[in-house]
Amino acid sequence: MENKAALSAGERLIKSKQNRSLGELRGKILVTLCALIMITATVAVTIFLTVKGLQSFLVNHVSPIEFLTSTNWNPLADQPSYGALPFIFGSLAVTFLSALIAAPLGIGGAIFMTEIAPSWGRKVLQPVIELLVGIPSVVYGFIGLTVLVPFIREHGAGTGFSILAGTIVLSIMILPTITTIATDAMGALPNSLREGSLALGATRWQTIRKVLLPAALPSLLTAVVLGMARAFGEALAVQMVIGNVRNLPESLLDPSATLTTIITLNMGHTTYGSVENNTLWSMGLILLIISFVFILIVRYLSSRRKI
Amino acid sequence: MNSKVADRIATGVFVTIAFIIVAILAALFSFILFRGVPQISWEFLTTPSSSVQAGGGIRDQLFNSFYILFITMLITVPLGVCGGIYMAEYAKPGKVTNFIRSCIEMLASLPSIVVGMFGLLVFVNTTGWGYTIIGGALALTIFNIPVMVRVSEDAIRSVPAEMKEASLALGITHWHTIKTVLIPSAFPGILTGSILASGRVFGEAAALLFTAGLSTPRLDYLDLNPFSETSPLNIFRPAETLAVHIWAVNTNGIMPDIREIANGSSAVLVLSVLIFNLLARWLGSVVHKKITASK
Repeated sequence: MENKAALSAGERLIKSKQNRSLGELRGKILVTLCALIMITATVAVTIFLTVKGLQSFLVNHVSPIEFLTSTNWNPLADQPSYGALPFIFGSLAVTFLSALIAAPLGIGGAIFMTEIAPSWGRKVLQPVIELLVGIPSVVYGFIGLTVLVPFIREHGAGTGFSILAGTIVLSIMILPTITTIATDAMGALPNSLREGSLALGATRWQTIRKVLLPAALPSLLTAVVLGMARAFGEALAVQMVIGNVRNLPESLLDPSATLTTIITLNMGHTTYGSVENNTLWSMGLILLIISFVFILIVRYLSSRRKI
Repeated sequence: MNSKVADRIATGVFVTIAFIIVAILAALFSFILFRGVPQISWEFLTTPSSSVQAGGGIRDQLFNSFYILFITMLITVPLGVCGGIYMAEYAKPGKVTNFIRSCIEMLASLPSIVVGMFGLLVFVNTTGWGYTIIGGALALTIFNIPVMVRVSEDAIRSVPAEMKEASLALGITHWHTIKTVLIPSAFPGILTGSILASGRVFGEAAALLFTAGLSTPRLDYLDLNPFSETSPLNIFRPAETLAVHIWAVNTNGIMPDIREIANGSSAVLVLSVLIFNLLARWLGSVVHKKITASK
């Protein structure tokens, strides 16, 4: 205490300034470190999964061409074969089909909320839809399993576990994602566009079709692509309803499997380091690469954004 | 076709679409709640689960879910807020910032099963821990960090520039301004964002399958020593969360009351997410009113 009092006012000022600049430096180091951690995490995920995913090709000498193009998946046979095409096909099929269902509904809902009933649409519909984004995917899967699968079994053919069930579960799951982003996109359009078009005597539908939709198109496509990315990466909800067979499906009512469902099912009970286990990691690598592709598409679309 | 008729038809179509969406949402919610809520009882919430007999509860799963959520947020919130500060205040436009932005975007769009596989590779096999709570929490951190960074960055950016400039004009250093002006003003936004992110973490299952595992050891809730094998607080024990439980019961469960357990668990899960959402909105507005003196 005595020491402190002995310091002159000037010295105290200098000292506090030193403290401050030290704090400044410390703060900067702290936040930069956090940014570095994010970079490290991303790079680590990429490197670890790439190295592990390539092992089946480099160490176990599974032919990459066979892996990507053969429809024969039989790792337990005497002459094991590792053709992952049915799973890649299954993943792409459910992703595109669910986007085909969810995109018109989502974009239509967004137009309803922004153009047709902006007042109550925004106040009531939007919070509810945002709430829906938060429903855990296992719950969607569980409802699909207890409602959708028996329904298809009774009204269609087979066991009910099918691409159709997977597609419907995924479309309901990505519907809120697409609707939310599409609503933001439509809401961000300047009002002058609407007013200009209406002043020319166009009806509301003509305004929407000829002016608003083209202007918002890149953002709307972004919404659909993000929805597809979510559908593509979803594992458990699909696994519960799709049936998980290794054959290439012939119709919508046939059971099938996707990359994610095969990983979910087999990762637990294959020996770590075995050939079959390594091919699962290769499927993980495919998932990683395709999620990169989705990001690239989103980036391309946002660079084409007109407004 | 007359353009007015076309306009009417189009309006009708959009109203129908909105109606379909509302119908789907209402059906989903009422379905989960009507079938699940009757299963929820004090007993259901406080009995340990049983793997063969009927009448098992979800006590351990519920505790594990909250505990993993707590540990995850303990790691994610400081990291995310600091990352957000960096992006909002220190990042200069250029290649490095662009790269960090791409990294965040990439982490955000990783399929959760891929995050789980990474967790399996690094936090389970490489470290030799096996299935642990901490491994699960670290995997969830990877999954959650981009959300936290984005939330904090947006919250800090939305603080009026005048406040920051006034503080700097008083001769206060940048870091001190961040600490005493920006963070407090951005606090309601960060709080709301973290609670919403909690809801997402709470329901996540795919990333936890291979990191926190599908089983829970016998727990003794009176044993509070975090290093003891049977203590619920031990972060190096496997832990099955509620979301994982729903999946596991439906895929490999052999008890006779699978449907009842899954119904009840789904309702608890959805109700928790609902509570997180309402809490986020309510707390956000209360804190905002308190610290900004605005209505």
